[in-house]
Amino acid sequence: MSNESKGSLMSSSRWLVVIAFAVTLALGVAACGSSSDSDTSGSSSAGGGEVSGEIAGAGSTAQQAAQEAWIAEFENANSGATISYDPVGSGGGREQFLSGGVAYAGSDAALSTEEGELEKAEKRCAPGELIEVPDYISPIAIIYNLPGVEELKLSPETLAKIFAQEIDSWNDPAIAKDNQGVDLPDTRITPVNRSDESGTTENFTEYLSEVVPSVWKFEVSGDWPVKGGEAASGTSGVVEAVSAGEGTIGYADASQAGELSSAQVKVGSEWAEPTPEAAAKVLEESPLDEELSTGKYVFAYKLNRKTESEGTYPIVLTSYLIACTKYGSASEAEAVKAYAEYVISPEGQELAAEQAGSAPLSSALTKKVTPAVAAIEAG
Amino acid sequence: MESSAQSPSAFGASSSSRLLASGLGARRRTVNVVMTALIAGAFVLAMIPLFSLVFEVAKRGIPGLSVEFFTEDARGVVGGGGASHAIMGTLVITGVAAVISVPIGIMAAIYLNEYGTGRLRRALTFFVDVMTGIPSIVAGLFAYALFEIFFGPGIRLGVMGSAALSVLMIPIVIRSAEEVLKIVPNHLREASYALGTPKWKTITKIVLPTAFAGLVTGVMIAIARIVGETAPLLVTTGVVDSMNTDPFDGRMQNLAVYAYNEYRSPGVMKQAAYDKAWAAALTLIAIVMILNVAARLVYRRYKTEIR
Amino acid sequence: MASVDTTTNAGQLLAAASGGRRRLGDRVFSRTAVLAAVTILLLLAGVAIFLLSEGYPALTASASELPEGKSFIDYVAPLAFGTVLAATLAALVAVPLAVAAALFITHVAPPRIALTLGYLVDLLAAIPSIIYGLWGIFVLGPKMVPVMKWLEAKLGFIPIFEGPASVTGRTMLVAGLVLAVMILPIVSAVAREAFAQSPRRLQEGAQALGATRWEMIRMTVLPFGKSSVISGAMLGLGRALGETMAVTIILSVSGAVSFNLISQANPSTIAANIALDFPESSGLAINALIATGLVLFAITLVTNMGARWIIARQEGE
Repeated sequence: MSNESKGSLMSSSRWLVVIAFAVTLALGVAACGSSSDSDTSGSSSAGGGEVSGEIAGAGSTAQQAAQEAWIAEFENANSGATISYDPVGSGGGREQFLSGGVAYAGSDAALSTEEGELEKAEKRCAPGELIEVPDYISPIAIIYNLPGVEELKLSPETLAKIFAQEIDSWNDPAIAKDNQGVDLPDTRITPVNRSDESGTTENFTEYLSEVVPSVWKFEVSGDWPVKGGEAASGTSGVVEAVSAGEGTIGYADASQAGELSSAQVKVGSEWAEPTPEAAAKVLEESPLDEELSTGKYVFAYKLNRKTESEGTYPIVLTSYLIACTKYGSASEAEAVKAYAEYVISPEGQELAAEQAGSAPLSSALTKKVTPAVAAIEAG
Repeated sequence: MESSAQSPSAFGASSSSRLLASGLGARRRTVNVVMTALIAGAFVLAMIPLFSLVFEVAKRGIPGLSVEFFTEDARGVVGGGGASHAIMGTLVITGVAAVISVPIGIMAAIYLNEYGTGRLRRALTFFVDVMTGIPSIVAGLFAYALFEIFFGPGIRLGVMGSAALSVLMIPIVIRSAEEVLKIVPNHLREASYALGTPKWKTITKIVLPTAFAGLVTGVMIAIARIVGETAPLLVTTGVVDSMNTDPFDGRMQNLAVYAYNEYRSPGVMKQAAYDKAWAAALTLIAIVMILNVAARLVYRRYKTEIR
Repeated sequence: MASVDTTTNAGQLLAAASGGRRRLGDRVFSRTAVLAAVTILLLLAGVAIFLLSEGYPALTASASELPEGKSFIDYVAPLAFGTVLAATLAALVAVPLAVAAALFITHVAPPRIALTLGYLVDLLAAIPSIIYGLWGIFVLGPKMVPVMKWLEAKLGFIPIFEGPASVTGRTMLVAGLVLAVMILPIVSAVAREAFAQSPRRLQEGAQALGATRWEMIRMTVLPFGKSSVISGAMLGLGRALGETMAVTIILSVSGAVSFNLISQANPSTIAANIALDFPESSGLAINALIATGLVLFAITLVTNMGARWIIARQEGE
C-alpha cells in the first residue's frame, strides 16, 4: 500500500496548508481599491489645510534635505495629501518634468536654452505658463578628508588645478603657498566628483570657469568633465566617498556635509567659509538672467561668481522649483499650489534653514516670486 | 591479486602500474595531505563571506530595528519613521507576482509533463530555458516599456513591479514543478486510468496531491528568489514615503528599493537612514531564510512516500 | 498519453459509459494547459518585441542625439567590456573555489554533515543582491584598500594592478570579488551534483589499487565531472553578466576601457549603467538604455545556451 498514514491524498491538514497559502497571497492583493492612506499618529492639522491628492516631484539631491523637511510638515498639515520627491539629480528632475512624468522638479540649474530645454518646458506647461522660482539657496562646500589638517585654505587657482587633476599630491607647493605654516602630508589627492548629471556640478564648474578660466578650460555642464577621479552618485555618495577615503576632496551641498571639514576659499583678499549668509549675499548681488527668464513667472538668476565683496562665498547654488500654472487634474493643481506656496513661504524657508542649513529667501525675493506660485490655477 | 589483474580502462596501464610500483610513499602521502588541506581551506574560504555577510547585516541592522520600524511608514517624518510601507509593499508586489506566476507556471508544467508533444513542447522547453537567463533589469525594462505604451512615460505602479517579477518567477516555478511532476510514478496514473478516471481528474486528484509537497516547496523557493530583487523594481515602482496597498494606483515602496534609497539618499540624518537601510536588509534576509526553511519543513511534513 | 485504452473491451465499455461529460472535462483541462504554454511563449515573444521596438530608435539614431554624443556602438562598447571583465573576474575566482567546496562536501567531509554543508553553501544564493552591494561597499571595500595598496606596490608592473590604488575600495577588483561570492553557490551546486554521481566502481577501484584520496579524485571524479563543471561555470558567468545591484552600488565609474582593476577609474557594466542612468533619463536616452539591455540579454543568452549545449552533450555520452 502506498499511502499508509493518510486516508485520502488531500487530507484536512493539506487543505489547511493550501488555504493558509492562498489566504496569505490573497491578503497581499486584497486591499485593491483602498487608496493610499496615512498612518501617522498625532499629527496636528495646523491651519486646517485639507488639501488632498498625490503629486510627485523629482530632481536635485542638494535640495533633498529641504524637500524632506517640507514634505513632512506639509503632509502633517494635510493628511490627505501625498507628496513624493525622488532625488535623482537636477538633470533627471528636469527630464522627468519635461516628459510629464512629475508634477514639479527641483533643479540647481535653471532651464537652459541649449537643446531647447526652456521651450520644451513652456510647451509642457501649455496652455498654462511655466513657473521657475528659487526655493533653496545654499553654499557648495569643498569637503576634504586629510587627517591632521584641521583647516585648509584654497585659492581658486589651486582649487581648479586640484580638480583638473594637475596637482596630485597634498604637499604640492601650490597648496603649501595657500596654507603657510601648515604641515601637509605626502598623501595622494583623490578628487571626488558626481557620476550623475548634477546641478551642483554645473554650479561648481561655472564658478571655476568664470573665476579661473586660464586653469579650468572645460565646458560648464552638469556632467563632470574630467575622467579618472573617484565618481560617486548623488550628494550623499560624494560625502560618503570623501569620508571613506584618506586624501579625498570633493564638492557637495553644505547641507549634507555632516562632520567633514570644509575648505576656505579665497574671495578677493579674504578667506571665506561656506555659510548660508555668505551664500545669500551673493544672490543679493546677482541680476536676473535675462536670456533665461523669458516667461512671466520665470526667475532665473545669473550668479555673480566673480564677486570680491566681503562676506560672500561665491561657490553657491541657487536651486529652483519648476512647475506649471495649469495641470491636467484639479486635485494635482491644488496640491502643487498648496505645496509650492508653503515651500516659498517664510515658515517653509525657516524650516529649510533649520533642517538643511540653507539661506532663507530674502523678503524682497519672496515678494517677487509669490505671485508666480499664486498663479497656479487650482480648482 | 590486483597486481596481476587487468587495470580498469579508466586508468590506462601506466598510471596503475606506477601506483603499484611506488607504493604509498612519503611524497604521495604529502601531496594527498596538502591537497586535502587546500580543499578544506577553500571550503572555509567560501564560507567566510557567508558568515561575514550575515554578521555584518545583523550588526548594522539591529540598531535600526524597532517597533516603529515595523508599524509606521515614513510619512510626515524626517529621518525617523519606519518601514511598514516598504514591508507591506514587498508583500503586495510579491503576492501579486505569485498570483500571476503560480497558476500559469504550474499549468505549463502540467502541459510539459502530462500533455505535451511535438513542436509546442520542444519550443516551450527551449524558451523556458531562455527565460531563466533573462537579466533582472531587462525584465524590469520590459515591464516599464509595456506599461508606458498604455499609460505614458513616467508611470509608476506597484503592479508593474509584479509584472517584472512574474517574468523572472514563471520559469523558476515551471522548472521546479516539472521536476516534481516527473517524480510522480507512472503506475499511479495508469492505475487511475484503468479505473476509468478521466485524465483531468487523474491529474487534479492523484498527480497534483502526490506532488503537493514538492509543488509548495518549489513555489516558496521561487518566492524567496524574487523577494529580494531590486533592479526591476527600481525602474518600475517608484519611491514614496506613504503606505499604499493598491497595486493599481500610484507608487509603492518595497523593502529592497527602500534599503537602496536609504543608502543612496540618506539626507540630513545620515546614520539613522543607514541604520534603516541595514534593518531593511536584515528583514529581507529574515524573510528569505524563513521561506527557505519553511519550504523544507513543508516538504518533509507533507511529502508522500511512494514505493 | 491516452486517457483510456480503448483497445480492450473493458476500455470500450468504460469509454462509452461516461461519455460526453468526461470528454468535456478533459477538453477544458487540456486546452487550459495548452493555453498556459502558449501564454508563456507569447509572453517571451512580447518581451522580445517590446524591447526591440523600444530599443530600435536608439540603434538608428545619429550620434549627436544619443547620450554622451557618441554613436550607439561607441556608447555600448565600454559597457560591454566592463560587463565581461567583471563577470570573467568573478568566474575566475569563483570556479576553483566552488569546485574545491564541492569536492569537500562530496568527498572529504563526513557524510553526516555533508547535507548541512550543502545547505550552507546554497544559503549564499538566497541572499538578496542589494545586500551584497552594501556589504561590498561598507565591509569588503575598506578591507581591500590595504590589499590593493600592496598589490600596487609589489605587482604594479602588471597592467591589471597598475593603480594608483583607490582609497575607497570601489574598484573593479572588489566588484569582481563580490560577484564571485554571488555565483559561487550556482557553480558549486552543479559541481556537487556531478561529483556525487561519479561512478562508484571507478572510485572504489582506484582506492582498491592503493590510490590516495586526492589521487582518486584527480583520476576519477574530476575528469568525470569536467563538462558539468564547465557548464556550471558558464551558468555562473551568465548570472554574473546580468547582475545589477552589487555593481551599481560598489563601482566608481569614471573611466573608459581599461584592465586596471584597482583604480578608481572604471568602466561601468551594462546593467549598472541602466540602474544608475534610468531614473534621470527620458526620451531617446531611455531607448538607448533599453537597447543596451538587449545587448546584455544577447550576451547572457549566448552564454547560457553554450552552458546547456555542454550539458546536453555530456548527457548524451
